[in-house]
Amino acid sequence: MPDFNFLNTVVSQVRRDILRMVHKVNSGHPGGSLGCTEFFIALYYEIMKLNQGFDMNGSNEDLFFLSNGHISPVFYSVLARKGYFPVEELSTFRLIDSRLQGHPTTHEGLPGVRVASGSLGQGLSVAIGAALSKKLNNDDKTVFTLMGDGELQEGQNWEAIMFAAAKKVDNLIATVDLNGKQIDGSTDDVLPMGDIAAKFKAFGWEVMVLEKGNDLKSIIDTLKTAQTKTGNGQPIVIIMHTEMGNGVDYMMHTHAWHGKAPNDEQLQTALAQNPETLGDY
Amino acid sequence: MKKYTDQGKVDTRSGFGAGLTELGRTNPNVIALCADLIGSLKMQDFINENPERFFQVGIAEANMMGIAAGLTIGGKIPFTGTFANFSTGRVYDQIRQSIAYSGKNVKICASHAGVTLGEDGATHQILEDIGLMKMLPGMTVINPCDFNQTKAATIAIADYQGPVYLRFGRPKVANFTPEDMPFEIGKGIVLNPGNDVTIAATGHLVWEALLAAEALESEGIHAEVINIHTIKPLDTELLIESVQKTGCIVSAEEHNYLGGLGESIAGVLASKHPTPQEFVATNDTFGESGTPAQLMEKYGLNKNAIMAAAKKVMNRK
Repeated sequence: MPDFNFLNTVVSQVRRDILRMVHKVNSGHPGGSLGCTEFFIALYYEIMKLNQGFDMNGSNEDLFFLSNGHISPVFYSVLARKGYFPVEELSTFRLIDSRLQGHPTTHEGLPGVRVASGSLGQGLSVAIGAALSKKLNNDDKTVFTLMGDGELQEGQNWEAIMFAAAKKVDNLIATVDLNGKQIDGSTDDVLPMGDIAAKFKAFGWEVMVLEKGNDLKSIIDTLKTAQTKTGNGQPIVIIMHTEMGNGVDYMMHTHAWHGKAPNDEQLQTALAQNPETLGDY
Repeated sequence: MKKYTDQGKVDTRSGFGAGLTELGRTNPNVIALCADLIGSLKMQDFINENPERFFQVGIAEANMMGIAAGLTIGGKIPFTGTFANFSTGRVYDQIRQSIAYSGKNVKICASHAGVTLGEDGATHQILEDIGLMKMLPGMTVINPCDFNQTKAATIAIADYQGPVYLRFGRPKVANFTPEDMPFEIGKGIVLNPGNDVTIAATGHLVWEALLAAEALESEGIHAEVINIHTIKPLDTELLIESVQKTGCIVSAEEHNYLGGLGESIAGVLASKHPTPQEFVATNDTFGESGTPAQLMEKYGLNKNAIMAAAKKVMNRK
């Protein structure tokens, strides 16, 4: 049984990290980061089987690939809180000479990152490759990946979706962050994608729908169920409904905070809603 | 002049296929991927011998590049196979982010480069791929000249850690380099020493450069012919040494002069040893349908073009 009291303290601290990181450099993407905070914490604290330390090859451990790289703040915060690199390093986010680039990269050698992402639509293909590599190596661990819903407008995803089902890449659990928003507005205004779950199903995927994508227990339950479905000849996708900007009242129910940082006053309001629990960096 | 014998006309893509087959037998980490062009890339023998190490991705090159990047995680050495056009321009951002910037050990193997693809025409004849690939930080760019060298290069790049672009072609061309010659990435090869003019050629133009040098010899002009199979990293030391002796240079390639080997050479010489140079290359143009020989003639990519460029550049000394 997960320790939800503890996990909730991590949620509060990671939200603070995200807000303080983007505020300091007056740039970055808080909305999607906050919307996926519970998912990252569930994945890294409860779901993935991880080795000590970081090795690029990730043999005999679960792997995670972030396709929508712009939500780097939540990725960096959770990696640091999990011990991949010092928490203090979060203060270098987007600064010159930092390993914490605006979008995640392997180029500066940041532990925990296995591929660069940011130019959208590429992560699923990379995750499929890593999953195939595991099969070739008789490694029974699982590959996880997260992509945005707006990102599904990129055609490469559909090449990858077709391939994964056709080639039975069944050691792969993909998650779509369905927050219904992208930079220019709601996904329905920008380019409606119709029934995403039905599309995955039609391509031959095992589809799960997670209605409460900001609820730790629901996320953990869904991911655990997904784990039991691996090895059945089908790739698995979780359509995860989330609220962009979750945990900060004025950042929710709008796409305004997709790629905008709070000012001093807004930061204080946001931090007051998310108390310091594990110590600010 | 040193004599080179054409051991028979063979396509360089078959050299790739032969190299890949050998790697299948010697290196268990080598994986092959193809986007619906197995026959064109001569990958069938590898597939027959190692079906579990081959992935047919269908007509989906972007996905192929991403999968290749992912396969390296876990220690695999993926070789992607499709035409040069679909190996570069079509998937530039996938290569840029998931392979080059991510430092992944992917070997991008590109057939049917240049106008000698022939009758299919300009949609398939990429003349910009060397430029696209050499501009990516950390990318090694190789364009071997014949069957034997393409086979050797294919085998050599498996032992090199890092992304590589290996460019070869469709037509049957002279096979003249020794069968057992090891391939050294980044080391140009002086095929014929000479004092009057340097001819630095890559790919299919190397044989044409030898034919040109032979003809020039009969006119009393001693050309130094260098096979620059690796465009990046460029063997600058060898080139500078040569032009210090000859005082002028012709670059020769089946590629646009913008972004090609000639431009790389000019860049180095401009800063280290300014030297008159003539470019045997296409002149900022698309190709068209025709036979390889017709196209090489029309676009000025053969022995005659190299001879004319050599005489012109010697007059500029």
